[in-house]
Amino acid sequence: MDTAYLIETIIKVVVILLVFSALAGIGTYFERKILAFMQRRLGPMNVGPFGLLQVGADGIKLFTKEDIIPTNVVARIFKIAPVITAATAFMAAAAIPFLPQFTLFGYTVHPIVADINIGLLYVLGVMAIGLFGPLLGGMASANKFALLSAARAAAVFISYEVVTGLAALAPIMMVGSLSLIDFNNYQADGITSWIVWSQPVAFILFWIAAFAETGRTPFHLIANDHEIIDGFGTEYSGMRWGLFFIGEYANMFFISFVIPIIFLGGFGDGSVLGAFALLGKMAFFFFFFLWTRAAWPDVRPDQLMWLCWKVLMPIAVINVVITGFVMMF
Amino acid sequence: MKMEEFNNRNVADNGYFMVDIEDYPTDGWGKFKRVVKRTFRGELFVGLWVVLREMIRFDIHTIQYPQEKMPIGPRYRAVHEMKRLWESDAERCIGCGLCEKICISDCIRMDTKIDEHSRKEVSEYTINLGRCIFCGYCAEVCPELAITHGGEYENGSEQREHFIMYEDMLTPLDKMKAGTQMEFEGFGAITPHEDERVQKTPLSY
Repeated sequence: MDTAYLIETIIKVVVILLVFSALAGIGTYFERKILAFMQRRLGPMNVGPFGLLQVGADGIKLFTKEDIIPTNVVARIFKIAPVITAATAFMAAAAIPFLPQFTLFGYTVHPIVADINIGLLYVLGVMAIGLFGPLLGGMASANKFALLSAARAAAVFISYEVVTGLAALAPIMMVGSLSLIDFNNYQADGITSWIVWSQPVAFILFWIAAFAETGRTPFHLIANDHEIIDGFGTEYSGMRWGLFFIGEYANMFFISFVIPIIFLGGFGDGSVLGAFALLGKMAFFFFFFLWTRAAWPDVRPDQLMWLCWKVLMPIAVINVVITGFVMMF
Repeated sequence: MKMEEFNNRNVADNGYFMVDIEDYPTDGWGKFKRVVKRTFRGELFVGLWVVLREMIRFDIHTIQYPQEKMPIGPRYRAVHEMKRLWESDAERCIGCGLCEKICISDCIRMDTKIDEHSRKEVSEYTINLGRCIFCGYCAEVCPELAITHGGEYENGSEQREHFIMYEDMLTPLDKMKAGTQMEFEGFGAITPHEDERVQKTPLSY
């Protein structure tokens, strides 16, 4: 492992951290604006032109708030829980190719931190570890609503891991690799080679499960909105709460990258057009997260479990079996 | 409306109708059919389309409050105002004390004296806005339309007592000279076409 590779990797890590921390902030801006427009409101308007500096104002507010550790909480776990959420979200980004490789000053850059041959497994696994953030945070909070929410979050995340894994299994069988670069190259021959045409069911299932994995609106019940609290984040304030927030939004961005790369051709043949196509697809999936939040109600926890175990999981299994038979014969 | 109609509480005949809801399925096969039907009916996409349509139409209803304000009704009951006579610019208040008498939260206090022209004059007039419930009885009872409610709802001060200076409630003279004193159209105000409705006092009891 030579020094140039190390330096390159460190630069890539720093760039990804900075870009996606900033994107998480800007994501909150987009979320507020789009939700507002869909509800015939204006959203943030006062800080900066069209409220663009609202992100900065929120950042200053979160950073300068007092770091409150309430009485009776298990302080060390309480403190580490938000870090787990944010850290695992960013760790998952290591195996995601954000852009096709390009040449900068005669040096070929691969915009992926590590093209490991278990890429997809790594991404899903690390995102699954993110479960410990809400779980530990809620359990350590000494707050019964936070505890309820933590239990609910654990149930949802673990259940939908099953759907995510089984839905991704069929494309994995077709591609024969877990590397997201291989996924991309498998679909590089234009729009007809996209996996979504051969695996529409897996695509829909993976998409539905993505909403549960990120805890977005149809499955947003882990935040106990109806109890007018913020679920596992009830006792958090300041930057620790902000870390939960950044983790959630970073997860949304990363899953919005992963879905197009697995099912919708990724960056295609690697041209500039392909790169912009990937960013466009990512933008659509991110927009869809906000769109559903404006349009759809939350489901009940029992409906969520019913949907996972009695509907989505059997369909995913059948899909895998059918894919296997088709590939065999 | 006649009393019979008013007392008829049988709402079933007044245009109400039962919404056509199917019976809930009881057996497993029925439930399964319902799930399949609901899944493929595309109702979720109706919701998505509705919000997207509103976003494209961009018919924003927000009022950017400090810069833009809603017009408020003339009957709005905010902090009181004392009016002046259009003819002489003198204060309308004749010191009758009816507002003090009727005030149900007991927040109006007034003091009167006989001035040098042997006329009753209001020497002190205070409203305790900490107690006032803005019921509008004072404006309603005032025979001279002197005390009314204004439309000023943006009050900021360190103490509520700061709003009730009699001089602040009284219409300023320059406003009077400009002829811009607004009449109150709420409780007790003269309704339109009042002249046509005036009748001679019947004397033939």
